[in-house]
Amino acid sequence: MTKQMRVDLALIAGMIKPRSRVLDIGCSDGALIDHLFRNLGCDARGLELDMDAVTQAVTHGLPVMQGDADTDLATYPDGAFDYVVLSRTLQAVEKPREVLRQMLRIGTHAIVSFPNFGHWSLRLQLLFNGRMPMTRTWNRMWYETPNIHPCTIQDFFGLCVADGYIVEAWLAADEAGARQPWRRSPGLANLFGEQGVFLLRKA
Amino acid sequence: MDQSAAQVQHECVTFTEGFDLDCGRRLATLTIAYRCYGALNADKSNAILICHALTGDQYVAEANPETGKPGWWNHVVGPGRPVDTEKFFVICTNVLGGCMGTTGPRSPHDERPSEPWGTDFPAVTIHDMVRAQKRFIDHLGIARLFAVIGGSMGGLQVLSWAALFPDTVFAAVPVAAAAYHSAQNIAFHEIGRQAIAADPSFHGGRYWAHGVTPERGLAVARMTAHITYVSEAALTRKFGRKLQDAENLSSLGDRFEVESYLQYQGSSFVRRFDANSYLTITRSMDLFDLAAEHDGQLANAFAGTKTRFLLVSFSSDWLFPTAQSRAIARALNHVAANVSFVEITSDKGHDAFLLDEPDFHRTLRGFIAGCAEHARLA
Repeated sequence: MTKQMRVDLALIAGMIKPRSRVLDIGCSDGALIDHLFRNLGCDARGLELDMDAVTQAVTHGLPVMQGDADTDLATYPDGAFDYVVLSRTLQAVEKPREVLRQMLRIGTHAIVSFPNFGHWSLRLQLLFNGRMPMTRTWNRMWYETPNIHPCTIQDFFGLCVADGYIVEAWLAADEAGARQPWRRSPGLANLFGEQGVFLLRKA
Repeated sequence: MDQSAAQVQHECVTFTEGFDLDCGRRLATLTIAYRCYGALNADKSNAILICHALTGDQYVAEANPETGKPGWWNHVVGPGRPVDTEKFFVICTNVLGGCMGTTGPRSPHDERPSEPWGTDFPAVTIHDMVRAQKRFIDHLGIARLFAVIGGSMGGLQVLSWAALFPDTVFAAVPVAAAAYHSAQNIAFHEIGRQAIAADPSFHGGRYWAHGVTPERGLAVARMTAHITYVSEAALTRKFGRKLQDAENLSSLGDRFEVESYLQYQGSSFVRRFDANSYLTITRSMDLFDLAAEHDGQLANAFAGTKTRFLLVSFSSDWLFPTAQSRAIARALNHVAANVSFVEITSDKGHDAFLLDEPDFHRTLRGFIAGCAEHARLA
């Protein structure tokens, strides 16, 4: 079952060492864990909220369980994984800070990607329209969006400082997940990056 | 070694070295009735054990010789089915305490072989059933089962297998199961047992000596149990408030369709099941509580497990509800086990695991394929 993986997942996969233990939270149909098992020999598992996606992943032979990042991470033991991945989900969980804390409790590394609310197009829309921005990523009205905790790349750096997480690597990516060249400057990344991707560990 | 049991000749093997039970008693002989499908490969690594439910039997993928009805898991086990008998060697044994050839209340008494055990038959546990299966697996020379799969009481056995013999189970699939039998489940069982005991034909369990069977009681037990196997939505969809051959309920004999359906369920059951077996097996389910024997921590039952798990529940199952499967999944997370967990959307209640549920079957097929790859069987 080799299929084209989302570009942002390929970026994340690039941060993961072969033969490591990985938990992918919000793994959808399991494309990343399939890749990690098949090509990197990882023991990769998934947690996914949407039951249809879970069924599809298990139907493809992938170890995925239905569950909720906000409540189920607490059930894993300390240090069970080398990497815990949360891709494009942080903004939709109820308690992002707690989810991040749990990720770095059960894993030695956390890999987090999220859509950057600091992107210039969002800023301009808010500035000129005075209304909540609508883009390809932020495409639901404020009253029905699942993305209840939007943040910017700079905000995320701030949380890492506040909670004492070490940013081992980070990069900005465009909507499709292609790497963008703003790595030297968080400020520019925050203005021009559509997504932030972070590799963290505890201090 | 083979011996006949009851009226129909079931395929059996008998072990005479004695078999110790959880209750402290010991059976002098243990007979296991079984059916196997497919071929065992050279290194004996492709065996799948199917565990049957309370009133199931070893005829998982072929017609039952006593009733003539198709195998109870024909949808799941067979050539090209999710449990593919063209790839796997599939084993199913009648449970200890059963009445389809395996040692149970209808078998000859150890001390008085001229009469059956009857209610003298020792209390057995789910673990006892599993140890009896293990004895049979050892007899076949199989060191590791590729998978153990079962629904309902079969799912309890799967959990017991994973807890007792983790190294023997590569993959475990408890379907519509729980880590313990709830007070509500015990309560429903007790209604059934009381109905059997209240039947004048029961004769304190020695009905065989009187040439009768407690048919009324056993039928009521089955009718009660059957309600717990279906959902309110399924009963409404099938029967609603429709009347059976009547315009209105003008005489006492007039009935709702659902009544007539339940009575049919009851009466067809008594022809194939032994009342004392029903008492023994329902009790063994009631006794099941995996966490209790591990200081109340279910996770401890699976500490260090390498087994790959697939937990399946059905959305309308109120006998073994999804919350029970989720609790098992979380306990397995505690020990960082490899767990897949899905809830299948169905309005058919607990019985859904026996019915044509394409999502369940696709899930099971995929899980088995994935495990086969990890076990280097594919």
